[in-house]
Amino acid sequence: MERKEWPLWEVFVRSRNGLDHKHCGSVHAPDARLALQVARDVYTRRQEGVSIWVVQADHIVASDPDAKPELFDPAEDKIYRHPTFYKLPDEVNHM
Amino acid sequence: MYTQALDLPQQNPEGRPPSLAENPAWQAEFDAKIDAGGFIEPKDWMPEAYRKTLVRQISQHAHSEIVGMLPEGNWISRAPTLKRKAILLAKVQDEGGHGLYLYAAAETLGVSRDKLTDALLSGRAKYSSIFNYPTLSWADVGVIGWLVDGAAIMNQIPLCKCSYGPYARAMVRICKEESFHQRQGFDALLQLMQGTEAQREMVQDAVNRWWWPSIMMFGPHDSDSTHTGQNTRWGIKRISNDDLRQKFIDATVKQAEVLGVTLPDPELKWNEQRGHYDFGRIDWEEFWNVVNGHGQCNVDRLAARRKAWDDGAWVREAAMAHADKAARRAQAAA
Amino acid sequence: MTEMAQQTTATSPGHVEYVMRMGDNALILGQRTAEWCGHSPVLEEDMALANMALDLIGQARMLLTHAGRLEGRGRDEDALAFQRNEPAFRNLTLCELPNEDFARTMLRIALFSRFQLLLWERLLSSTDSELAAIAAKSIKEARYHAQHSGDWVVRLGDGTEESHRRAQAALDYLWPYTAEFFIPSAADEAAAEAGVGPLWSTLEADWEAAVRPLLEEAMLSLPAPVPFRSQGKFGRHSEHMGHLLAEMQYLQRIHPGARW
Repeated sequence: MERKEWPLWEVFVRSRNGLDHKHCGSVHAPDARLALQVARDVYTRRQEGVSIWVVQADHIVASDPDAKPELFDPAEDKIYRHPTFYKLPDEVNHM
Repeated sequence: MYTQALDLPQQNPEGRPPSLAENPAWQAEFDAKIDAGGFIEPKDWMPEAYRKTLVRQISQHAHSEIVGMLPEGNWISRAPTLKRKAILLAKVQDEGGHGLYLYAAAETLGVSRDKLTDALLSGRAKYSSIFNYPTLSWADVGVIGWLVDGAAIMNQIPLCKCSYGPYARAMVRICKEESFHQRQGFDALLQLMQGTEAQREMVQDAVNRWWWPSIMMFGPHDSDSTHTGQNTRWGIKRISNDDLRQKFIDATVKQAEVLGVTLPDPELKWNEQRGHYDFGRIDWEEFWNVVNGHGQCNVDRLAARRKAWDDGAWVREAAMAHADKAARRAQAAA
Repeated sequence: MTEMAQQTTATSPGHVEYVMRMGDNALILGQRTAEWCGHSPVLEEDMALANMALDLIGQARMLLTHAGRLEGRGRDEDALAFQRNEPAFRNLTLCELPNEDFARTMLRIALFSRFQLLLWERLLSSTDSELAAIAAKSIKEARYHAQHSGDWVVRLGDGTEESHRRAQAALDYLWPYTAEFFIPSAADEAAAEAGVGPLWSTLEADWEAAVRPLLEEAMLSLPAPVPFRSQGKFGRHSEHMGHLLAEMQYLQRIHPGARW
């Protein structure tokens, strides 16, 4: 029997305006229209969203977990990028 | 919902081969992460045994949700009021949603949903044996909500902190939705207990039939449980079967009093010294019989799932065929 | 649907029947659609079908509650749903027919929701303020049902030989029942007279204009017209209705007067 599984789509939901879309799970669907509809049926049954993105999972390019050291460790010592690095006089420290 | 000691032996569904060979340095890094209470994410290196155990546990859990739609689904068409019909339908739908979240979590470990479905339909995979009991009256719907969902919630809350990120996140979502399930069940039973004598008898009969299977849901005694040690080490299992079972029984006795039903265990009584309720001997022979396919509904449940899958094959195929055609047409037009 | 907006006096018996008929449509189609829960072709569609069934049951509850108030005989949504016999139900026959397969299920929702949508649009300005409020809520649901089911009709019509054959068989079976939507009735006359809602017969052209392009896109051919007219909305149902009610009403029938 010929069997071709429906592609997997990743689902991102904006819970309310002013917030980012956030990954919340995935669905299987044959096309983008149905992916959006079932993402709505599966992930917003309790008013969890005001906007949905679906992206075919194959189309997501992810960083390699084994490359974590070269990607993310170099930021570790750039502590001068953080506001707390700078000690200012109390009178202006709310700056 | 319905996890019961989800470490029952079964043949593993085929997954991808380990992408990376076992490696002591990676193993040490993995162990350190687990020991620090951290999370493992899909593409992180993990020991093959950890991955296999997760696939088995998450997929058993997902199958339990899907098969679990059937016993309560049996009453949707006969719910006694429109409000109860809507509640029950929403609840059974939620179970489908929970199955879906869990299949998605399992898929991050490199198995396809079709493979997992195949393992269920061929009878290789296990699911919670509680669903191999029949729902014989309307009160069963309430009792399933109260006892079965209640037991499931006890089982599941610790999993919200399990070490595998996608599983933990699915469980957080599931637990949030689950508390409505238990409460609607209790609410339906309260209404019945305030009703006619026939309604009260219906409730007691349902409690008599579901009590023992519910406390079996926590799985074999710790002394007889196969994977407990390793799973606890891996942070996939947080609290032991017996501890959870005791916690559930202690909480339920009071609820039964409020409801005005008798739990069918003459040995159930408060033990001042232990600070817990003592309870009678669990019939493990029955448990294993049902797990191994000899409950009243095992055959019917799987047959219903197979029928849905087989009858739906042409629909799934047609949708893909249309998507392919539409893509080709769009390409030709471009 | 605040206390303020509740209309509690019927302008005529036809007004009551008009609202009850809509409630019965939603109830019976909701009952049928809910049968899929746990048995659909793919988990995602279990979710979608259950959502549509929940919408319909929700509409039925509001409409039957309202009909009961208008009627003024103390019958609530459950008395109306569970304690009437076949002839008292005024739903379209189309709603009570068995699901059969996924093609018939989706096509039925596609045909019905397009009809319901037209009705809700007109009812937004009903003189019955409660009915207008129900329309405002339900029209959004009907739009989604029309879209989801319509997309499926196209997928099935275009998909494979088998799905096309099944979709065409579903259309051949269901199409004759759609004529019933537009048969004139005394209840329509009374409701239209009082500004409660449109004559259903006046919706025919708009409905065809909504349905024909869908069926064309799905490459389905319209069956030839037939003289048969189903009569569900006048209380004369198909053989399926008795079985549907026997199942749906069983608990209330064997425990008369019990509360649930």
